[in-house]
Formats: sequence, structure tokens, C-alpha cells
Amino acid sequence: MSTNNYILNVEDIHKSFGNKEVLCGVSFGVRKGDTKVFIGPSGTGKSTLLRCINQLTPPDRGRVWLHGEEVTGSGPRINHFRQKIGMVFQNFFLFDHLSAIENVEIALLKVKKMKKEEAREKALSELRQVGLEDWADHYPAELSGGQAQRVSIARALAMDPDVILFDEPTSALDPELTREVLEVMRKLAQQGMTMLVVTHEMSFACSAATEILFMENGVIAEQGAPETLLSDPQYTRTRNFLGQLTD
Amino acid sequence: MDQITFLTEILLPALMSGLVVTLQLIAVSAPFGLLLGIGVAVGRQYGGGILSPVCKVFVYLIKGTPLLLLLIILYFGLPSVGITFSAFTASVIGFILCNGAYNSEYIRGAILSIKDGQMVAAQALGMTRLQAIRNIILPQALIRAIPGLSNEFIYLIKYSSLAYMLTVIELSGAGKLVATKYFAYTETFMVVGLVYLALVTITTVAVNLLEKHVSVPGMIRGETSAMQL
Repeated sequence: MSTNNYILNVEDIHKSFGNKEVLCGVSFGVRKGDTKVFIGPSGTGKSTLLRCINQLTPPDRGRVWLHGEEVTGSGPRINHFRQKIGMVFQNFFLFDHLSAIENVEIALLKVKKMKKEEAREKALSELRQVGLEDWADHYPAELSGGQAQRVSIARALAMDPDVILFDEPTSALDPELTREVLEVMRKLAQQGMTMLVVTHEMSFACSAATEILFMENGVIAEQGAPETLLSDPQYTRTRNFLGQLTD
Repeated sequence: MDQITFLTEILLPALMSGLVVTLQLIAVSAPFGLLLGIGVAVGRQYGGGILSPVCKVFVYLIKGTPLLLLLIILYFGLPSVGITFSAFTASVIGFILCNGAYNSEYIRGAILSIKDGQMVAAQALGMTRLQAIRNIILPQALIRAIPGLSNEFIYLIKYSSLAYMLTVIELSGAGKLVATKYFAYTETFMVVGLVYLALVTITTVAVNLLEKHVSVPGMIRGETSAMQL
């Protein structure tokens, strides 16, 4: 395989659910510091693609490589890779029985076997990063959706991942809360975090993406830098899709 | 002999030594019954093709047969195949099996009520299934199972009296001996009943305190924050 400085390689991913083929051969490479934004109609496999990368949904065919090590078919070593591939979910999935800081801490303690004080300090600094250090002792049910999603971003950040997968991180939020989450994500992108983002937020895609990938019917139909993809007339399918969004 | 003397000199000392045995039965049975319940619930839910059916059959058998039958087999039946337990041990084993089987159902119900996302998020952080079960699923399940588990603990207090059938002189057995000897059934068993009532009352108060202590905002009683979308 070619390297091209890619830290993450996705090769020819296929995935079917029953008779429906959701992903029909998706390949791309990710460089350090990239922010790749996946857009496209619902049901075209964007979320499934993210889950195939960290093997929450193992693909039927195709391979995923992280730093030249194969993630697919890695057996129990998958837990090593998942520490390096963070994930943020549409519905946050914060651990209901743990406070905000405990949510960020738990994997540091149980997976990374960090010492208590060290984990607490690290968790607090990640909460500070998302602007929630004052909310450390609040439980998920006491947080707004935007705050909950920021805690879940802090939880992913705490593992010092090489890349973070964002699966429609603002789709469950109203516009105001969406803004505070996107602000955090934009800041991460500027700090050089490598991110793969499935979203419908075109303003974020335009301002933060290094590349936009338009997915349709289980494949990457068109891809390119935001300025070219959105202005160049040759990318008709992306423009048609975006036209529908604004109609 | 007047009632007061009977009560203070005969009945209460006898019941006191019986109560000690009852408390010993419970003190040994309850923790192991809880551990067994956790093990069986997790085994049934996550155990896969072999362990899961085994757990299911175990619960089926315990739920489907009287506890007294189990105790009789443990104490009177097993010696014929060379396994002999003391009456106390046989009782405790029976109670643990019974308590564990029912506890497992409460815990399993609680596990089923936890949304898939909790496990998914734990695994996405690099936790193994076992780590996720221990650190994420079980803590939540146990909090939600407290009402059921405490109910089962109360049953244990009361069915511990069945140990008397295996010659263990616990609270009810001690009462029976006094009642027979002095032909004072009504008084004796009314007092015995009051002692059980006291035990159950203490348990209820303790469980309420425990529930308050472990309660997590928004996690039980279906509370949802108005802010939560």
C-alpha cells in the first residue's frame, strides 16, 4: 500500500444489512490534521462508514489501516485501536450513572490504567478545553444537549486519539446548541486534530473542512476542497444535493 | 408463671439465640445470593451459546420448584450420593441458589432497560465487553434493580424460617420449641412475628437510605431534565 503520509487508510469498504448494500466500496486516506466532512442524503452509509472504521460495525469486505497497522480483523487488539480512534455520537451516549468528569475519566482509569489524580487532572483539562470545567460534577441528565455533546467530545479527547469520528454530532441539537458544539469542533480542527465528520451543517463543512466528501448510494460520488466542490460547476451531484437542502 | 416472667425469662432469651442464627443465615446467604444473581444475569445476557442457556435452565428450575424441596434434597437427599452438608450449610446453599436465581431476574430486567448506546460508547473508548459490563452496564443495572433486589432480600428474611425444617434452630424454630414446651403458641408466635416485622422494617429503612445514597439525577424514577433534548 502507498503511504502518502496517510495516518488512516480506508480501502474498498463494503457493508450490507440483509439484502441492502449500504457501502459499496469506499476508499480514502486521511492525513494528520485533516478535517474530512462527509455529506450526502440520509441512508447513504455515512454513519455506517464511520462505524466500520472503528469496527463497531465490522465491514463485510475491505480494510482499514491506522499508521500502517491493520485495524480490520485485529481481534482483541481492536481495543487498542479504538483508544486511538475516538468517536462522538449523535445522541452523545454519555454514561448516565457518571458525572461529567467521571464520564471523561472512566476510560483513563479502566482502559489506560491511569492513576486517580492523574486521570482527574487530565479529565479536568479536557473539560476546560470544551468550556465545561464548571460543570464537572453535574450528571448527564442535568446538562443541556450541547453541554452533553461537549462532554462527550472531551471524553473522546481524553484518550489522546489520532483521529476522532463525529457521527452527526449536532443532529439532535437545536441551532443555538449546535453553534456551541461546532465552535468546539472548529477549535479542534484549528489545533490540528484529525477529524472525520458526518454532518448536514454546511457552514461548518465550508469553514472547517480540508475536504468534503459527497456520498450517495454507498459510494463517494464526488470529493474535493470545499471551495472547488461547492463552486466548480463540474460537481453537479453535490450542487443538486445542496440545492435540495436550501429549497 | 406470669406472662411477664415467661416473656423475659423464657421466650426472649430463646428467641434471641434463634435470631442470632437467623441473622447468620441471612448474613451468609444474601451477599453470595447477590453475587450469584449478578453472575447468572450477566451469563444469561452476555454468555453466548453455552453459558446463556445454562443460566436460563438454572433460573427455570429454581423458579419452578418449591424452595422446601430444594432444601430437603440438599440435606436429606444428597447424603445418599455421598455428599453431606450440615443443616446450616445445606440451608445456606439452598437460600443462595434461590435468592441468586430471583436476583438474576431483577438484574437482567435492569440490564435490558439500559440503552444500547451505553455499551457502544464504552466499546468505542476501547473497553472490552467485560470492562464495559463491569464499569458501565452493571453499576447502572444494580441501581435500577435495587427495588427488586430489596424485595428479594425481604423474602430471604422470611423464608430463612424454612431452615427450621432442616433442624436449624433459627428464629421460628426457637419459637416452635418454646411454644410446644409451654403450650403458648399464640403469645410466642405473635412475638416471633413482631421480630420478623422489625427485621423487615429495618431493611426497608436501610434500602431507602441506600437508594438516596446511590441515586443519580435523572437516572431512576424516570426523571428527565427539561433541558435534556
